Amino acid sequence: MFKKILIANRGEIAVRVIRACHEMGISAVAVYSDVDRASLHVRKADEAYPIGAPAASESYLNIQKILDVAARSGADAIHPGYGFLSENAKFARACADAGVKFIGPTAAAMDAMGSKTRARQAMERAGVPFVPGTSRGLESFEQAEEAAARIGYPVMLKAAAGGGGKGMRLVHAPEELKSALEGARSEAERSFGDSEVYIEKAILNPRHIEMQVLADEHGNTVYLGERECSLQRRHQKVVEEAPSPIVDPDMRREMGEVAVRVAQAAGYTNAGTVEFLVDQQKNFYFLEMNTRLQVEHPVTELITGLDLVHLQIRIAAGERLPFTQDEVILRGHAIECRIYAEDPDNNYFPSPGKITLLLLPSGPGIRRDSGMYEGWTVPMDYDPLLAKLIGYGTDREQATARLTRALNEYFVGGIKTNISLFRRILSDPDFRAAKIDTGFLDRLLKQPRVEVATDPGAVDVAVIAAGIFAVLGSAGAGANERPVVNDNVNKPNAPSNWKIAAQKEATR
Amino acid sequence: MTYDIAIDGKNYRLDLNRQEGGWSCRLDGREVEVDAVLARPDVLSLRIGNQAYEVKCERVGGDLHLWVGSVRFAAEVRDPRSLRGRVRAVDDHGPKKLTAPMPGKIVRVLVRQGDAVETGAGVLVVEAMKMQNEIKSPKKGTIQKILVSEGAAVNAGDVLAIVE
Repeated sequence: MFKKILIANRGEIAVRVIRACHEMGISAVAVYSDVDRASLHVRKADEAYPIGAPAASESYLNIQKILDVAARSGADAIHPGYGFLSENAKFARACADAGVKFIGPTAAAMDAMGSKTRARQAMERAGVPFVPGTSRGLESFEQAEEAAARIGYPVMLKAAAGGGGKGMRLVHAPEELKSALEGARSEAERSFGDSEVYIEKAILNPRHIEMQVLADEHGNTVYLGERECSLQRRHQKVVEEAPSPIVDPDMRREMGEVAVRVAQAAGYTNAGTVEFLVDQQKNFYFLEMNTRLQVEHPVTELITGLDLVHLQIRIAAGERLPFTQDEVILRGHAIECRIYAEDPDNNYFPSPGKITLLLLPSGPGIRRDSGMYEGWTVPMDYDPLLAKLIGYGTDREQATARLTRALNEYFVGGIKTNISLFRRILSDPDFRAAKIDTGFLDRLLKQPRVEVATDPGAVDVAVIAAGIFAVLGSAGAGANERPVVNDNVNKPNAPSNWKIAAQKEATR
Repeated sequence: MTYDIAIDGKNYRLDLNRQEGGWSCRLDGREVEVDAVLARPDVLSLRIGNQAYEVKCERVGGDLHLWVGSVRFAAEVRDPRSLRGRVRAVDDHGPKKLTAPMPGKIVRVLVRQGDAVETGAGVLVVEAMKMQNEIKSPKKGTIQKILVSEGAAVNAGDVLAIVE
């Protein structure tokens, strides 16, 4: 077993991996950029090394700096988390060359899966069902036109190197194809440095369901059940759950066996996820394979009772899978909310800043994987994911109820978060009835926000509380905060000049 | 103590006095039975009659919000007496602090310590979410101190400079 693991990441996932290391008696090495000195992962680690400027290219994406820290600290393995270098085959190769074990698949398996077009070619050979379309990049507009006509509109254009919805265009009719192709190409070039775009039949309002797989380095591959990830905003997942409400044991076995075939065709090892699109008739199509630990892995952990990070580390250390497929038993239901520092009242713009007050939920069936703490300033340089709140119960109804209750206990003050969005989602009748697809959230957000009927006495409560806080003065205030009585030079009712300027800027 | 309190723009008058370890409270002249415990800074456990509430206080820059359960109210609190006092206080005497209106980065410092500035003269430029905002001098005077340098990240409410 490894003695020391370097975690090439930050935020909640770095904390998650450090915890697993400590549970396994392994020493954890953190790296941090200049704005992350005060971050939680540095506090929790056994050793911590600065790796430079805030820009990810200067720090968390800098292969040489991270390998230098691995050498200096004597780490014998590197866990990449998700994002950053986690799906970078060059990094996996550089780790192997430096004699440090990369906790994840081999560079060759990543190469096979990294490009969506190449993955498709490999999957065609393995007999995996996928959405009709081209397995190769489009060479010309004429070729795109011909392919679209053959598979039938609507079609989806996708970047071969894509992810996160970048370089994607939905095309309803032939006359839209040309500008969509140009748009997808230039966006793909800008986002990934690769303008390769391919075409697929668009499946409207599909479900997005993914299968967790785990493969050891001795040829054993298992699937750990699916996750329903249909609740997305701009192709980013927002709520995930396991199991999927529409997958029955037969469908699970079919999807699981396909996922295992996908992994084996790529010579895959360690934890990975095979993503499927599922249409209204429950046909499933291979979408892509994510060659890393997923953000939403906790829902699978809760319903399988397994610790995926422990297993990743054991597999990387050369151990065999400690169980067989038949021994994987799903139990209960888990739902995850991704808590982001973003402003629901301002088009979900990122909202960095200092967390002045943090009240944490707990109690039965609640798991919280977090990278924040009270007094910490959320830097503006990275993904705004702050924490994940996961509810677990014997069934979907109980998991939803527990999560709703925990969301009401959760309070993050000083910055804006999307916690209110989850209250809205979880109380929606269609969500409760599990009538969800990838268009659900856009439809919900288009509806006027119905204010929850509040206790009519709540305003009185607010008035009285404001008065009491005023009487208490600084005694009632958190550290470094000013008392509530407004003694600013500015008239309290008039917006500041800055606000007026900012509003003008925003409406320009 | 008497306060004028605006909640989401609507005004209320609150008379609030401590008495025998508790509070006496009149809201717009109506007597209300109040029992309050400060659970921790910025968190109040409140009983109005026998109804129990947890109220959170959020202060960012000059803005005050109160959360009753999961509902957020914008609040402004004025002490009518200090309002009169403040009229006198709004003058050009004494040092004035320039604070950051929201978290961001200092992209330019436009003056040097000791410089004379006019009212409304630009002192610093703060960038947040790709918007640049000039922080202006609230008075005519001299830059007594600049507390940040170009490139520094600041939080809402941080003091950036002092004009004397």
